[in-house]
Amino acid sequence: MTQEFSAVGLSSARRDSSEKAGGAAKFADDYSVPGMLYGAILGSPIASGRIKSIDLTEAKTVPGVVSILTADDLPDRRVGSFIKDEVTLARGYVRFVGEPVAAVAAETKEAADLAAQLIIVDFEDLPSVCSLDEALAEDAPLVHPGQDDYVRTSETPTNGNIFWSASILEGNPDAVWDSCDVIVEDTYETPGQYHAYMEPCSALAEPDLAGRITVRSTAQSIFYIQGRISDELDIPMSNIRCVAPKIGGGFGGKNGVSVQPIAVALARASGRPVKITLSRSQDMEMLRSRHPTRIRMRTGAKKDGTLVAREAELWFDAGAYTDESPAVLSFGMLCSRGPYNCPNISVKGHAVYTNKLKAGSFRGFGNPQATFASESQLDALAVKLNMDPIELRRKNAMKAGDHWLGGQTVDSCAMTQCLDALDERLKEEVSALPPAEEGWQRGVGVSGLSHISGLMGTSAFVNLRADGTVALQTGVVDIGQGSDTVLPQICAETLRLPLESIAYAAQDTDSSPYNWKTAASRITYTAGRAVMQATVEMRERILRDAADMLECSKDDLELDIGGTVRVVGADRKVSFREIAARAFNRVGGPIVGQHAFAFDGPRFDPKRAAMSNFAFDNLGVYVFGAVGVVVDVDTVTGKTIVQKVWSAHDIGRAINPQSVEGQVQGAVVQGVGYALLEELVWENGRLTNPSFMDYKIPDGMDAPSEITVMLIEEAPEATGPFGAKGIGEAPIVGVAPAIANAVFNATGARLTRIPMTSERVLNGILSL
Amino acid sequence: MTESNDIPIRLTLNKSLKSVFCKPTETLLSLLRDGFGLTGSKRGCNQGLCGACTVLIDGKPMRSCLTIAATCNGRDVVTVEGLLENGKLSTMQQALVDSGGVQCGFCTPGVAIALTSLLREDPKPDRTKIREALSGHLCRCSGYIKIVDAAEAAAEKAGS
Ligand code: FES
Ligand code: FES
Repeated sequence: MTQEFSAVGLSSARRDSSEKAGGAAKFADDYSVPGMLYGAILGSPIASGRIKSIDLTEAKTVPGVVSILTADDLPDRRVGSFIKDEVTLARGYVRFVGEPVAAVAAETKEAADLAAQLIIVDFEDLPSVCSLDEALAEDAPLVHPGQDDYVRTSETPTNGNIFWSASILEGNPDAVWDSCDVIVEDTYETPGQYHAYMEPCSALAEPDLAGRITVRSTAQSIFYIQGRISDELDIPMSNIRCVAPKIGGGFGGKNGVSVQPIAVALARASGRPVKITLSRSQDMEMLRSRHPTRIRMRTGAKKDGTLVAREAELWFDAGAYTDESPAVLSFGMLCSRGPYNCPNISVKGHAVYTNKLKAGSFRGFGNPQATFASESQLDALAVKLNMDPIELRRKNAMKAGDHWLGGQTVDSCAMTQCLDALDERLKEEVSALPPAEEGWQRGVGVSGLSHISGLMGTSAFVNLRADGTVALQTGVVDIGQGSDTVLPQICAETLRLPLESIAYAAQDTDSSPYNWKTAASRITYTAGRAVMQATVEMRERILRDAADMLECSKDDLELDIGGTVRVVGADRKVSFREIAARAFNRVGGPIVGQHAFAFDGPRFDPKRAAMSNFAFDNLGVYVFGAVGVVVDVDTVTGKTIVQKVWSAHDIGRAINPQSVEGQVQGAVVQGVGYALLEELVWENGRLTNPSFMDYKIPDGMDAPSEITVMLIEEAPEATGPFGAKGIGEAPIVGVAPAIANAVFNATGARLTRIPMTSERVLNGILSL
Repeated sequence: MTESNDIPIRLTLNKSLKSVFCKPTETLLSLLRDGFGLTGSKRGCNQGLCGACTVLIDGKPMRSCLTIAATCNGRDVVTVEGLLENGKLSTMQQALVDSGGVQCGFCTPGVAIALTSLLREDPKPDRTKIREALSGHLCRCSGYIKIVDAAEAAAEKAGS
């Protein structure tokens, strides 16, 4: 029997996992270099204020202090991808508790921390707005009074603290509400969620005598960080080298800069290497969260369940700076219809400044919020229509050839198959579970889900070594999702080599080809495509040389598994090693392949949708799925436990099934935390729970004991490597609504606000 | 550079005897990472809440971020690096690799220590016991399922 695949579809162990399990893998904070100083950052103690003066006298007396920086020591620049409203260290004003005001480098961590505490900042307190209600109130104080002078990538109108508004309209909902048989309407609220990657952010900046600086840091992109340091500190990119250590999880939280520019500024000021590693509480107070949102939504359907119209308005609490909010908002809006057809839809969205830490990208990127509203409404509709919730979703599910909201065509889509697979499992397995304990009520809930995989540019280089093995390079940082294994698998398969034959280089801006970011569930799909195309280019060259050597036509050749080219039907063959040796030494030079591209799929279609102020004009390919949960609710306390989860995913093709399963299970549990436990809470602008003591994420006992993952490979993506699409984010998207729907099923209480803490569930039950 | 109030201690670290001076407030985690360059133990919170810094002290899993180094005088300390057997991953470590229980890997050292200790106490734990043993160990990547699988697989392997 001929083996069909050499590497793809195999659950190869993660290539870096031995190193990690053995304790040898190095994360940013694990690096120390001779002469290294330790950095500390003074964060603002107040939510809003004017800096009248900064007194460094006392701080400078701490033994071991080498450099202290404030905004006055840095170039006067404002930066940002959409609105240039951010500075490295606060300049004149502070806008949230924790915002970096000054930075110290010292011989020891203790000295740096002590000196930072001794910096005396004289503030004039200014009024602050710390919630959507406060920020949107009439005459609310402005978080950025000077916002009209900021440089913006798009001339979107502002209105008070609303700094970005967008809208989309398809069909005419206003004209059809009267024709709906049932209508549901509600307002939903979702919390700020902390990424809680296990590794706090850290950066080590090492200057050299020639003026270059090397930065090793926790980040989801070496190239983005390089660009951002260049932008903030006015250093040419040629003088900044970013290298990727191992990264202890990101989930979007390491998508932007954290402490890199500050570490670089301190290193340049002191002429010494500087390492800054944030404490857990600083990481929570200073960096980013998922956007807290409020979503008003209304949906109408016919008696038979056909969706007729939807109207939604979304408010995203963006915190004190724009960061990626326009993109997160835009994407959340585009997910407001979900994976269903509905001909009349109007969505309006607003991003709002508040005096809190920035909200930014977080697994799902605005979609979990929109989907919580959307899938809660479908459940309410199913109840009103007395219809099976899966049947209602099946009836409206998108199919290949349908259009996403905005008009982009969807080419591969296994939404219906995901619903079918879920339906079948629930029918077989729910009744087989041991019954709920006494005093607890059981409920089943489902949610459909969808996401994208795509966006932006990437590239890959590949070359054949002298012994016929292969060296692969990309600029993709593995943040724990598994690209260090999956990308070599794609390369290996394309050459029909075993995975061990592929050496994969660590990422370094000096030598790696460009990649945008590890984000948008894009790596397997986009970087995988680049790897595959680069490898195909190299394979063509291998075959051409083999044809020369075997004196036959290239068309008569085939690849055997294991690095041999043979003449079809004959016993004449030549090995990669022989081909490589000839190329190295005599003919044509080393055999290489390269490929670069930017996501080039269909764009939004202005003939189908009227859109204004969107942050991008296409997205990627679409992935679909369905999730079901069984919960038990203690009707006395309101405590809710998720017993079991089934998660079905339209993956196109699983390059490494074990890795995909792990991603799905991890995302599901992050979703359980979002649904039941996790909420950043602010009081007077101060985060009240910046530690794992007060901000609980699921541990092994909170997580469901069983999570069944169903990988649906019935709709391979024609443009994806071996048919693959991305999976990083999709599995979190439907978890919260599925749990809310299950709580309703168990108790009759429809919770429109997450997390569904015991108290909120109990209140829901008591107010029935 | 030692200062006058530094405390001399002797401990067994990963099977070898060490003598070292430590500051009165220094944690075992700092001593391991900064003093001995054993960076396998991770600092996820420094507050005893995440489990990433867990090491074995006299055979018991302990949070090294909450342990004052000076209290380890005369004790036996094993870190994740010390779980290796003849330079190879132990059965438990290898099971974490093979079961897909390692994603970003930041929690892995603490998890490996906790599960090694569990299997010594109870060579055939059921899934609930394994989850209980993991209860002080936060993992944000895996959803815990494959980590529990790994402990089961290691128990099976050790028992066979
Ligand atoms: S670092 Fe010790 S428990 Fe988190
Ligand atoms: S593998 Fe990333 S925290 Fe556990």
